[in-house]
Amino acid sequence: MRKTSWFNVVSLTTGFAFLYIPIIILVIFSFNKSKLVTVWAGFSTKWYGELLSNEAFLDAAWVTLRVGLWSSTIATVLGTMAALVMVRGGRFFGRTLFTGMIYAPLVMPEVITGLSLLLLFIAIGLDRGATTIVLAHATFSMCYVSVVVSSRLSTFDQSLEEAALDLGCTAFDAFKSVTLPIIAPAVASGWLLAFTLSLDDLVIASFTAGPSSTTLPIKIYSSVRLGVSPEINALSSIIIGLVTIGVLTASIASKRAIRRQQIEERRAIG
Amino acid sequence: MTLSKRLLIFVPYAWLLALFLVPFFIVVKIALSDYAISIPPYTPTFDLSAGWAGFVDFLSKLDLENFVFLAEDDLYWKTFLSSLQIAVIATLLTLLVGFPFAYAIAQAPSEWRPSLVLLVILPFWTSFLIRVYALIGILSNEGFLNQFLMWTGLISEPLAILNTDIAVYIGIVYAYLPFMVLPIYATLDKLDGSLLEAAQDLGCTRFQAFWSVTIHLAKPGVIAGCFLVFIPTLGEFVIPSLLGGARTLMIGKVLWEEFFSNRDWPVASAVAVILLLILIVPIVLFQRSEQRLREQNQ
Repeated sequence: MRKTSWFNVVSLTTGFAFLYIPIIILVIFSFNKSKLVTVWAGFSTKWYGELLSNEAFLDAAWVTLRVGLWSSTIATVLGTMAALVMVRGGRFFGRTLFTGMIYAPLVMPEVITGLSLLLLFIAIGLDRGATTIVLAHATFSMCYVSVVVSSRLSTFDQSLEEAALDLGCTAFDAFKSVTLPIIAPAVASGWLLAFTLSLDDLVIASFTAGPSSTTLPIKIYSSVRLGVSPEINALSSIIIGLVTIGVLTASIASKRAIRRQQIEERRAIG
Repeated sequence: MTLSKRLLIFVPYAWLLALFLVPFFIVVKIALSDYAISIPPYTPTFDLSAGWAGFVDFLSKLDLENFVFLAEDDLYWKTFLSSLQIAVIATLLTLLVGFPFAYAIAQAPSEWRPSLVLLVILPFWTSFLIRVYALIGILSNEGFLNQFLMWTGLISEPLAILNTDIAVYIGIVYAYLPFMVLPIYATLDKLDGSLLEAAQDLGCTRFQAFWSVTIHLAKPGVIAGCFLVFIPTLGEFVIPSLLGGARTLMIGKVLWEEFFSNRDWPVASAVAVILLLILIVPIVLFQRSEQRLREQNQ
């Protein structure tokens, strides 16, 4: 029997207040009439209007979106492949190195990842721009994708795949019609994770971006250094809104998908 | 091994070798090179066309000069020590805030718990940069914390929090709280309430029971949470750069400045190599404790 104690109620309220109050204030003050960001002067949506007519921000948003879509898609393909290798690959030459290279980027400080990739791009004479950011983002987020996908792969029943193979499927067919539908929710959430990581990244993008490929975080960072501005508040609110809707939708959808799968599995057994 | 399986291994393997391992060796190489006013700003550059003799010549020009420079300059020692100090203190602070929070979530009615966990995860998905930015409006001199404290009458002058180490601590606790709460919650959630009752039946006071049962069983979560906060904090750039002051010394910030402001690539690379060497210790310790946990669970 669990009781509600005062201590727990206070901990919960403080914890969530600490996590959410700064964000809520930021969103509220994006609707402030005044240019001052700490004094309320009435409701207005003019900063959103100004944002939408600011070409520099729109360009940066376009670059960010393109980089995000490309890098997360590449990361999802590579990360899923890497997960299959780790969980189903068996033994092969250099397996330890492979696993190490999957986990190391997760704990690698961004400044080192950014610096090392920049030095590589310069060494091979690749011009910096959106392409180099895509390569950089795909590299670190494929590791996140492969961790997400491999945890799903290692919990599902391998005999389903074997059955498909016994029934005459080729390895690729078995993957397409048995494995892929089962790991699809994990692949989708891996993609979403990769996309938000790319959308969010300042440090690695700063190292690998060229002068013509400023992303939103780079833009936000350079204007934040000059102080808080209501325009950035408006931009931040839009990003927060989109990410929140995306994550909530995805989490509800994946819960539904898992429940449906469980029901189907039960039906198949019964 | 079939062709398709070879391909499956080859593609991600080659990608990681080319874009993770090779760049890292380039960093080491440049850390051993000399600064030069040229493009790129270091010598020697490796010339493939010179063949084996060129390679030997190239190797002979590498030296540890940059590391000697880092060791002799006070600034870098102070930076490494202050980064360690900030990371340790911030980790303990996050634990102090995170443990009661995780405990309270684990004690909440079971139908609430998934939503509460989702609420903890949600900020983790929202942009890190934006969340740090949101703190500027709270912590600045005319920010909401000072407005609130002056309104309550606790202080009469605004406190200078932004651009100090205190703001960095608050920023780290704020940004990394989910990393501490989730692993602790995961261990506390599995906790069997009857163990506590048994301890109390056997004569423990409530506090003794809490200490020897709850805390003891939550230890793996606490350890994991601490590593998950400590490791990224050590190389953190965004928080010290936006919330810290000119006197806040952290490795990530110094590396960034060496690279972008001073354009001293060899020293920036040497700083990166040392940061990595420092990080190896906690990473290996973390992996060992995870390994031990997996063995215990089996």
